[in-house]
Amino acid sequence: MSEVKQPRTTDSGIEVACLYTPSDLGDPAELNQRLGHPGQPPFTRGPYEEMYRERLWTMRQYAGYGSASETNQRFRYLLDQGQTALSVAFDLPTQLGLDSTDLTAKPEVGRVGVAIDTANDMVELFDGLPLDQLSINFTINATAPIILAFYLVAAEQQGSDRSQLAGTLQNDILKEFVARKTFIYPPEPSMRLVGDIVEYCTTELPRFNPISITGYHAREAGCNAPQELAFTMSDAIAYAKLLVDRGLSFDTFAPRFSFHFATTLEIFEEVAKLRAARRLWAGIARDRFGATKPEAMRLRFFSGCSGATLTAQQPLNNIVRSTVQCLGAVLGGAQSIHVMGYDEAMAIPSDEAVTLALRTQQILGHETGVVDTVDPLAGSYFVESLTDQVEARASEIINSIDEAGGAIRAIEAGLPQRWIAENAYRIENALSDGTTVKVGVNAYTDYSKTENLTLFKIDDQSRDRQCSRLEAHIASRDNSAITALGSLAKAVRSKENIMEPLIDAARAGATLGEISDVLKDHFGTYQEPPPW
Amino acid sequence: MNKPPRVLVAKPGLDGHDRGAKVVAFALRDAGCEVIYLGLRSTAEEIMVAATQEDVDLIGASVLSGAHIELASDLLAARSYHGLDDTPLVVGGIVPPVDIDQLLQLGVADVFPAGTAMTDVVSRVIALAGHSPQ
Repeated sequence: MSEVKQPRTTDSGIEVACLYTPSDLGDPAELNQRLGHPGQPPFTRGPYEEMYRERLWTMRQYAGYGSASETNQRFRYLLDQGQTALSVAFDLPTQLGLDSTDLTAKPEVGRVGVAIDTANDMVELFDGLPLDQLSINFTINATAPIILAFYLVAAEQQGSDRSQLAGTLQNDILKEFVARKTFIYPPEPSMRLVGDIVEYCTTELPRFNPISITGYHAREAGCNAPQELAFTMSDAIAYAKLLVDRGLSFDTFAPRFSFHFATTLEIFEEVAKLRAARRLWAGIARDRFGATKPEAMRLRFFSGCSGATLTAQQPLNNIVRSTVQCLGAVLGGAQSIHVMGYDEAMAIPSDEAVTLALRTQQILGHETGVVDTVDPLAGSYFVESLTDQVEARASEIINSIDEAGGAIRAIEAGLPQRWIAENAYRIENALSDGTTVKVGVNAYTDYSKTENLTLFKIDDQSRDRQCSRLEAHIASRDNSAITALGSLAKAVRSKENIMEPLIDAARAGATLGEISDVLKDHFGTYQEPPPW
Repeated sequence: MNKPPRVLVAKPGLDGHDRGAKVVAFALRDAGCEVIYLGLRSTAEEIMVAATQEDVDLIGASVLSGAHIELASDLLAARSYHGLDDTPLVVGGIVPPVDIDQLLQLGVADVFPAGTAMTDVVSRVIALAGHSPQ
């Protein structure tokens, strides 16, 4: 096995020189233009002028399991430990429009997130947690309009004013087709739902981000940094076009666009990617959409670090990996961060692993001084050169997607999906032949010790309780839920914005599965193209 | 015995993490296997129908959602129902170490938790499939 890569390249294959010099920065006047000033277009150096001096990033650990009441307990625990906002993980049935009592849902209820069947479950999820004071992230896509409706009903019941609600709905269906795969309906009608949500939120929820355009999952599925950036930008272009075509003004909706990237271990390439992301988006906003307001060109992002880089072998090593990733996200200028638990290659994280992940963020934020100056790597011969190269490579891929007819057509043809799978296979082969060194996996292995971690285990009774709760709810409600579902079906057929009738259905006690079925009846479902 | 092994790769349950399933499918194909990739969200019944129709030598199921015990039990029951008890079922994905023995006791022929070397996956699958690749 070779100890080092020869010749040295980044993960995405950009050649790395032994030494960088001032000549790598190019013409100083042009460099100044490419960088600008933090808080101003093209935002290369950061979305805000004073960055972390003004406000530390939001520490937002992704959490959810079992029922709403169990997840409520973990939310309270995380807030007690100093977390500054919440991020909800939903179970697969909730993400796929199935009630917990559905037969295909059964093995998955409450496993990778919380089971939410009704608005009542959402009320319980946030019991004692004031929604007008807490920013909430919802990782939800195909069923995003339903979860948004449940959330609005929960906020109403708490007496929260909609204008005060802050948070982010992931609502990025294109990357579901590309990588994350919790799609239900085909791309075109799915896009209509995205449009309905953004349109509704733009007027009703001024402090809420109605979409978080995400490259993270494509990266986790195996693509490289420039591909991740390009897929994210191409998807963002598709959403912006959709909204402009609906008659919305880019300058009005784009300031509420949020983004989501991975931060892996290749720290300089990651920082370069995050800086390039801001610059690319500012250019796209201005050149393709005629943005005039700086806020409409400003890219803000969340980073979820990277679960795919963690290993089941020697799991404590993952603490080191996560720390480096969190540092990369900070140096790249993230607005909000999740750090992976060290045991996540084996199970959803234990309390101990979650706490340590949060502590990692707190230590970097308070003990290292990395937050004291804005964009500390700016001007580095190497990082500036990498930023330019990642941007150039991403631009080429965006052009290829444009040539394929844009993000939706490219996805229907299976292009990004194939590129991701091919790169994932390349990564695996490099591990198998030792070209890439992974500590504890293909190097520095130690089979003499077995790790005795106490992994998180779901309460087996939790699903039965959730199903009983749902059955009792259905038995106790009146006819208004069914009437409201009828009105929703009418709105779906009419092409009007479905959010108001959907919220009415949620308020009347319709279940997630019932609402999703109304959409499914009209939109149909989607099967993805084969991988080869 | 010079027929190439035929392997079915499937994602039972609702989990969409298909990186591992696809990479294993590519690796088996490059090792000389005939691979049938069934895609996402296949039910146990659909998987066994495909296994029968495609006359496969081995069924591989990838699960990363934590539902591996229940899904494997469903698959094994459907396998018996379809008279495929001689066709080995292997499971890969996010599987905690304590669950590996339980899967083996249920009747799963081999388990490949995240981090298993791909060369191991390929050689163990080929050995179980009972043919030498061409």
